[in-house]
Amino acid sequence: MLAAIRRSLRRGALPEDQAAMLRGRLAAHPRHLIPARSRLPHAEQVALFVANVEKEFGSVALVPDLDAVPEAVASYLAAQNLPTDLVMAPHPELQAIPWTTRPLLRLREGRAEASDLVSLQHAFAGIAETGTLMLPSAPQRPTTLNLLADTAIVLLRTSRLVGAYEEAWDLLRAELGDMPRNVMLVTGPSRSADIEQTLELGAHGPRRLHVVLVEDAA
Amino acid sequence: MHVATSPSFKENAHRALADAGLQKALARSGPSFIARRTAAVAALPEFEQLRDIARDIKNHTLAHLDFYLEEWEAKVLAAGGKVHWCATADEARDAVLEICRSANARTVTKGKSMISEELDINDHLERHGITPVETDLGEYIIQLRHELPSHIIAPAFHLNKEDWEESFRKSHTDLPPDRVFRERHDILTEARAKLREKFLAADVGITGANFLIAETGSSVIVTNEGNGDLTQTLPRVHIVLASIEKIVPTIEDCTSLLRVLARSATGQDFSVYTTFSTGPRRPGDLDGPDEYHVVLVDNGRSAMLGTEFQEMLRCIRCAACMNHCPVYGVVGGHAYGWVYPGPMGAVLTPSLIGVNQAGHLPNASTFCGKCESVCPVKIPLPKLMRHWREREFERHLTPPVVRTNLALWGFFARRPALYRLVTRAAALTLGLLGRKRGRFHKLPFAGGWTGGRDLPAPEGDTFFARYAREQRSGRIR
Repeated sequence: MLAAIRRSLRRGALPEDQAAMLRGRLAAHPRHLIPARSRLPHAEQVALFVANVEKEFGSVALVPDLDAVPEAVASYLAAQNLPTDLVMAPHPELQAIPWTTRPLLRLREGRAEASDLVSLQHAFAGIAETGTLMLPSAPQRPTTLNLLADTAIVLLRTSRLVGAYEEAWDLLRAELGDMPRNVMLVTGPSRSADIEQTLELGAHGPRRLHVVLVEDAA
Repeated sequence: MHVATSPSFKENAHRALADAGLQKALARSGPSFIARRTAAVAALPEFEQLRDIARDIKNHTLAHLDFYLEEWEAKVLAAGGKVHWCATADEARDAVLEICRSANARTVTKGKSMISEELDINDHLERHGITPVETDLGEYIIQLRHELPSHIIAPAFHLNKEDWEESFRKSHTDLPPDRVFRERHDILTEARAKLREKFLAADVGITGANFLIAETGSSVIVTNEGNGDLTQTLPRVHIVLASIEKIVPTIEDCTSLLRVLARSATGQDFSVYTTFSTGPRRPGDLDGPDEYHVVLVDNGRSAMLGTEFQEMLRCIRCAACMNHCPVYGVVGGHAYGWVYPGPMGAVLTPSLIGVNQAGHLPNASTFCGKCESVCPVKIPLPKLMRHWREREFERHLTPPVVRTNLALWGFFARRPALYRLVTRAAALTLGLLGRKRGRFHKLPFAGGWTGGRDLPAPEGDTFFARYAREQRSGRIR
């Protein structure tokens, strides 16, 4: 197949100097034009993120610190009339939350199973440009938590909120090194417009997406 | 196998025009696609610049396709994945079957993939005792109805709610036959429950790829339903079906293309799930597939490189061209007779199944240029259709009546004075005859034209004559 491609391009394999140049481009992975919409002071990026999540039919609760998370989760579930059993990502930041302050919340750590109705995931980063969550897979961040439950709750710290996708990828490269097995960029709850091209929420993934945004940015 | 009915485009189109259900669906859905794209583009001032960037990224990649595919393969292998190079559709079908067999697969879930339609994977698996289940809602009903998708991102574009109800009642026989579908949401809910069982039971998941990334060895899928993610996360084996032109160099290149993809396709700023997969489950992971395979397909694409059709390989399958096409808008996707409809299909199909089979399709264009003007990677679709028309003519595949008429037109066109005389006479006559109604429903020798539409009556003179008059009067210089 490579030979057929080269025949069509009327050349042999690339000469080494050209190949080296292209390898340099891969290593440098230069950015292209980044839209101005997310080039904002951080507080405005947070506002843009919230507006975009809501535009895409998700919801956001802003809380002052990690201690306030159990209350935020419990009151969201109560308001939506949802069960208080959750499957939670075994992530140290989630484990450090004082869950005992809301004893009615029953947490199980691990991957999601078909019977789980509510999941709690940990976001690696948030992207203000389109209200998108970056969820790379890891033992502490199972992929099924993004997909199987009817209601997906995701914890994101405002210090992890960036403007454009490119900034989130740079964070990922700097902190995780190699590309994780799976990186999901999630923008709102699951939906389909396949029936008469009319939008309906809750196709195969979560019917609701709720972001608990913890204010920790300086 | 999908038997191409592209050679009978004319008959297909006539049938489509008389199909009340199809016409209802087209009238409902066409304008909404256009409005949503227009709004999304208006909200991003840099959109035009991003189209140029997207075109340049694709051109750069195609010029170095061999290099980037090799770099990509090395990264896939390093991440523990496997690459199956398949030059033909047959090789690709066999590679998929072989992977399924070695996994002892009984059922296979599938994310939406146009290359899978092109290869007709489902038929191949079924004939070998493996049950494929389409999980994209639109693909699911198409599979239940044994049809082809009529649109590359909205497979069930041609169906109405009644059709969904009828198919679900016929197929989901374990549910009460007297159940009521009050709203579209009830249909969605039934499909969600049905397909959830399939996701959990499947041994192998097959997805397509919107992009392959050389930098990381990743495959990227874009969905709104989450079906592609469930397909590639839950089963033991994940197979990615991808054609060679899906490759891009870096994550940044991919990101720039993603910025124009969703906006051009559905008018969303970003799709709900954009997922990058790199190899199988890692040590300590609690989920994800044990095996990750990419079946890399050529199937005619490398032969397009270095020809006037190379530009078609930039296509990122957004469907903006068909959404804005006046021909697609009245005949729908099935009339095109194979996997890819609309302007992109009219250019791609002859390349993939032959100009003798599909040389017809590039004629189904008014050359209004709308497709090119909305294409996120700026493919000159009308120009490419003209190339096909020339080839069709050169190979004497054009019908004799058309050739005779073209020769007749050519005779007059080479004699300008005569041409003007004849056209003025025609414009005058038709102008007088049609003065009352302003249009003709029928004309002698022009039934082929007036059968599908009215001919507006000329205003009594030709453009040339009017231009000369205005110039004389000093209104045009």
